[in-house]
Amino acid sequence: MDKRYIAEDRFAIERRMHPFRRSPGVGRPVSPDTLGDPLFQWFSTAVALGVVGLLVLITVILSLAAQDSIRTFGLGFLTGNVWNPVPPLVFGAVPFVYGTLVTSALALLFGVPISLGIAIFLSELSPPWLRIPLTYVVELLAAVPSVVYGLWGIFVLGPVMRVSVEPVVQDIFGFLPIFQGNPIGTDKFTAGVILAIMIIPTISAVSREALLAVPDNQREAALSLGATRWETTRVAVLRYARAGIFGAIILGLGRAVGETMAVTMTIGNRNAISVSLFDQGQTIASWIANNFLNATDPLELSALIELGLVLMLMSLVINVFARLMLGRVLRRGEGAA
Amino acid sequence: MTFRFDRDTRRRWKDLAMNVAAFLCVVLALIPLGSLLFEASVRGLRSITPSFFTLTTANGGIGNAIQGTLILIALTAVIALPVGILTGIYLAEYGKNPVGAAVRFFVDVMTQIPSIVVGIFAFSLILELGAAGIVDKRLVFSTTTGVIALSTIMIPFVARTSEEALRLVPISTRESALALGIPRYRAILRVVLPSSSSAVITGALLGIARVGGETAPLLMTCLGSPFWWQGLDQPCESLPHTIYVFALGPDSALNQAAWGASLILVLMMLGIAIVSRVVIRLRSVSR
Repeated sequence: MDKRYIAEDRFAIERRMHPFRRSPGVGRPVSPDTLGDPLFQWFSTAVALGVVGLLVLITVILSLAAQDSIRTFGLGFLTGNVWNPVPPLVFGAVPFVYGTLVTSALALLFGVPISLGIAIFLSELSPPWLRIPLTYVVELLAAVPSVVYGLWGIFVLGPVMRVSVEPVVQDIFGFLPIFQGNPIGTDKFTAGVILAIMIIPTISAVSREALLAVPDNQREAALSLGATRWETTRVAVLRYARAGIFGAIILGLGRAVGETMAVTMTIGNRNAISVSLFDQGQTIASWIANNFLNATDPLELSALIELGLVLMLMSLVINVFARLMLGRVLRRGEGAA
Repeated sequence: MTFRFDRDTRRRWKDLAMNVAAFLCVVLALIPLGSLLFEASVRGLRSITPSFFTLTTANGGIGNAIQGTLILIALTAVIALPVGILTGIYLAEYGKNPVGAAVRFFVDVMTQIPSIVVGIFAFSLILELGAAGIVDKRLVFSTTTGVIALSTIMIPFVARTSEEALRLVPISTRESALALGIPRYRAILRVVLPSSSSAVITGALLGIARVGGETAPLLMTCLGSPFWWQGLDQPCESLPHTIYVFALGPDSALNQAAWGASLILVLMMLGIAIVSRVVIRLRSVSR
């Protein structure tokens, strides 16, 4: 049965019932309340457009509130690397954009392989009885509030990183400039690990959907040629779903870029550009969270709001790109993210 | 002959190795969750006493934080659920056209706006309205601003989940309702919406869980307060904010209390997540 055909038929019925129809229809309005239908349709349309209007409103309000800073610094805001809240007031976004990019890149580096492993296991390799419970448990990772990850990052992960992980990494890779300095456990490296944990449920859920959307005859064709389970996955499934997986990764990137609390609590909060991952740093979000209430000059507040605008535009670009990648791969939306 | 044997053995071993590797990925992801729940239980239980729930944050309790979070969640739900569900109805029932596709796309994008940006938005909105003389400037740091921020986060989320819920209702159900001669809006409100109610409720619960754990947008809106809730135009405390402040606090008693508060918050949020799963389960079993 072709559902689309039925759906069109349904609209045909409804058109005939529509009280304000332009062309003479076959039927008559059957119900006594002829106004209810168009009213409800217009009302729900208006509400839906209003929700999209909210997105416009957010952009407009942020631009308005940031206009002092935009006028004063122009493009210099995006190229400056000084944040000077006492006269002469100078504000630049570069250290924070750098911190955001570095921690997000780390998050992807650690998070993507694990997420893909999870997605492959849950959709291709797992015994059927294990599939549903494991899916639920992985989704629970997304239900833990960000601030609780932050607390865990300060008191559990941070010390582990300082004592066990970072010295070992330094022993092996210490010749690289990114692993030099004194590992303290509250640094960009730890923030990257926390972010990786937080984006795993997003990437694994969306790429699992992408894998599940691969038609079974792909798998059957590979299996019938004598491929093993893994060869089938690699040749017939992963290759088929690569656009969806890429979209999932970009979606995870969007989440990492905007994450605030857990990063604020683990990155150490120092405004400096340093190469070493074992140095403290800042992201756009953590800098806003730390300084928003301490801003003394209206121009600094305006600059912080502009920083928020930059963050929002980054996230919009990333997410629009991800949605376009995902396109029609996923018919269902992802509830976990 | 030996070559073929070798190659096939290698392929089988590789298959096994990749299976194990993929399984290890799952285990690796569950270690943080396990550790987090374990630490929150062990460290949190130590600080949980009856007075922990009755004292305010000024006195080492979290009573006013729980109260504030419940009030924030309730007010946000009152605003965001009707708007979100109506948007979902539009997307599912009237959205099969280019406008609907555009709305769906932007609502999707809106669910991913960083929460701290939404906080800045609510702050700036009241600030600009205050500058224009429409509202009192002191309203910037208030429960109201917090609710505006949280609603902005929750509406797109609920819209998408309720759209998905409504789409699960078979078209034949709608056709049967229309065939009885009732108008379409009544068919939607009286037949389609009720028959997808459990999925809509699940979406609403997940939205509440998501909003209830938000901290970043409350930093610059609700601010936090050492008192019991004082009204819509006053700052208010919330559980996530308390955890943040206590976690960064100087002495270990505060840090201890942060774990206690985390345990309560995690139990609330995981509880909601698990309950909503059970709702889906029961529903699908009864079908």
